[in-house]
Amino acid sequence: MKKLRKTLIMLLLVALLVAACGGEEAEIVVEEAEVVVEEAEVVEEAEVVEPAEPFLVAVVMPSAITDLAFSQSMYDALIAIQEERGADNFEIVYSESMFVVDDAAAAIRDYASQGYDLVIAHGSQYGSSLQEIAPDFLETSFAWGTTVDTFGMPNVFAYEAKSEEGGYVNGVMAAMLSKSGVIGVVGPIETGDAKLYVDGFAVGVAATNADAKVNTNWIGSFSDVALASEAAQTHIGAGADVLTGTAQMVVGAIGVAEENDALWFGTQSSQTSLASSIVVANQVYHWEVVLKQMIELIEGGTYGGQYYEITLVNGGLEVEFNADYALPDDVKAAAEAAIDGIVDGSVTIFP
Amino acid sequence: MIEQLFTKAVLVGILSSGIRLATPYLYASMGETFSQRSGVLNLGVEGQMLLGAFAAFYISFTTGNLWLGMLAAIITGLLMGLAMAFISINLQAVQGISGIGFYLFGLGMSDLLFQKLLGTVETVSGFRPVYIPWLSDIPIIGEIFFNQNILVYGAYFLVFAAWFVLNKTTLGLKIKAVGESPQAADSLGVSVSKVRYFAVAFGGIMSGIAGASLSIALLNVFQQNMTSGLGFIAIALVYFGGWRPLAVMGGALLFSMVNSLQLWVQVLNIPIPSDFAVMMPYVLTILALIVSVQRVRPPSALTKPFERGH
Repeated sequence: MKKLRKTLIMLLLVALLVAACGGEEAEIVVEEAEVVVEEAEVVEEAEVVEPAEPFLVAVVMPSAITDLAFSQSMYDALIAIQEERGADNFEIVYSESMFVVDDAAAAIRDYASQGYDLVIAHGSQYGSSLQEIAPDFLETSFAWGTTVDTFGMPNVFAYEAKSEEGGYVNGVMAAMLSKSGVIGVVGPIETGDAKLYVDGFAVGVAATNADAKVNTNWIGSFSDVALASEAAQTHIGAGADVLTGTAQMVVGAIGVAEENDALWFGTQSSQTSLASSIVVANQVYHWEVVLKQMIELIEGGTYGGQYYEITLVNGGLEVEFNADYALPDDVKAAAEAAIDGIVDGSVTIFP
Repeated sequence: MIEQLFTKAVLVGILSSGIRLATPYLYASMGETFSQRSGVLNLGVEGQMLLGAFAAFYISFTTGNLWLGMLAAIITGLLMGLAMAFISINLQAVQGISGIGFYLFGLGMSDLLFQKLLGTVETVSGFRPVYIPWLSDIPIIGEIFFNQNILVYGAYFLVFAAWFVLNKTTLGLKIKAVGESPQAADSLGVSVSKVRYFAVAFGGIMSGIAGASLSIALLNVFQQNMTSGLGFIAIALVYFGGWRPLAVMGGALLFSMVNSLQLWVQVLNIPIPSDFAVMMPYVLTILALIVSVQRVRPPSALTKPFERGH
């Protein structure tokens, strides 16, 4: 009896732990990670003028390519490059939903050993695995982000998003559009580009309306849609009429914003499709800007050692206004002025 | 700072969002209470919820009819429940392990179906808050309790129904009997496997509805792994409440209220680091669990398959 009770308590603690860790743990065996070869070998034997080998890219990412956020931003970037170069010259393979770092590491190693030209580890959590794998494949180029660290390795590129820039611009608009002067932020975990975005957003609001209040909620999870929704509800209860948030669980928060006629600002990917009447603008990541530079180097024989960031200046970050939302002219002008200020250096977000 | 928590608007906010947050836990944990009372530990709740959530969302999304969505969640939950029952009652599998299997199946399958059938995150217009004449107009109380959607009301009704069935009906007596002493129940002519089948299937249905309460009533979206550990917490709540519906509800409300409290703590800029704030509901629940587990005894035949003559 006693033994059973002990076992039960243990089991429960484990269960609570699994739950508390949110998505991470829960994803244990999602081998959903379907490896899909995009447009694999479209055999067109016609006049192949340049018998050049296609450029092979593999990417490993933590969530789905349709997450309207982090993973989708990378997938969309690769598709954009593929459209430019043609499917015959640029092949993409991806493994999505790789929450478990061990699984991701196995996938990264597999791709490297299969001779891909560029293997992208899209998630800062994959860093330590990459550090072990990269030295074994010096002829393969790796890219990982978001980070600034290439580990000093000759075949590793690092990339980062200066998401505070679009955050600042969104903040400027939010401060002008809020009638109540209360703005709510739903964040996942206080780290990485989520933290940069939220901090930049708060600076943008403060620079525009010193009296406006930014309330921030870190819900401690990238996947808890229910809690993100309730966090948005809390902001509404506290008087917020403009909301923003980052990471894939915000889909819950956007619904709440829509129900309460609050405005929404998105980041990472365009979230307009979820609620086109209330999404004002999105900061969209265009990783293709830095990916192209990496690919150029790789084709020239340099396999890594560089650090890249996407910014408003290099076009890797774009503030995309929702055409369906009637943005007042003065607000749009202020947003554009903020973008120009960041680009020409007259606006410093974090002094 | 702290005194800001005690304004009317904040208290109403905390309580009404706690009531909402508790809804999926109530459905899932009432189902699990029945299942465990009959002697079957179903660890697959989370997977059943995910499939229920997807079924409800997909059918509502394609037909535009939320009740058809509910029906889809019920059928999905029922099938998952029957499969769990077959494996644990007929095949007498180790319940902890097969339950984890069901969880992983639900997690993977709901994700796969989502990607193949929807491809991207979509929204539906879910169940709206239901206005109840008189009750919804009561100041404060009306705002907290009677401004919710039908599945929220349903969850609290279910708790009392579950209490009634377990304590006041022959069916409840049979369920408890096969969970405590299947041999004795069997010798009195109660079909142990029939009763267990019923309880586990009912648990499956409730898990399906718990999923639907997220995807077509509270959140109105479906996303991969959207339950995010909720089903496991529901199982923990069953232990927490000592297999008694009202106490399980108490646990669900405690956990949810503390969760909504921590959201407000952050919004009001009360200087507690967010990492500690998000830990609060879990820490409190674990502490309460350690205290409460000392005084209750699980059903004697829990996790033990029944074989005649053994």
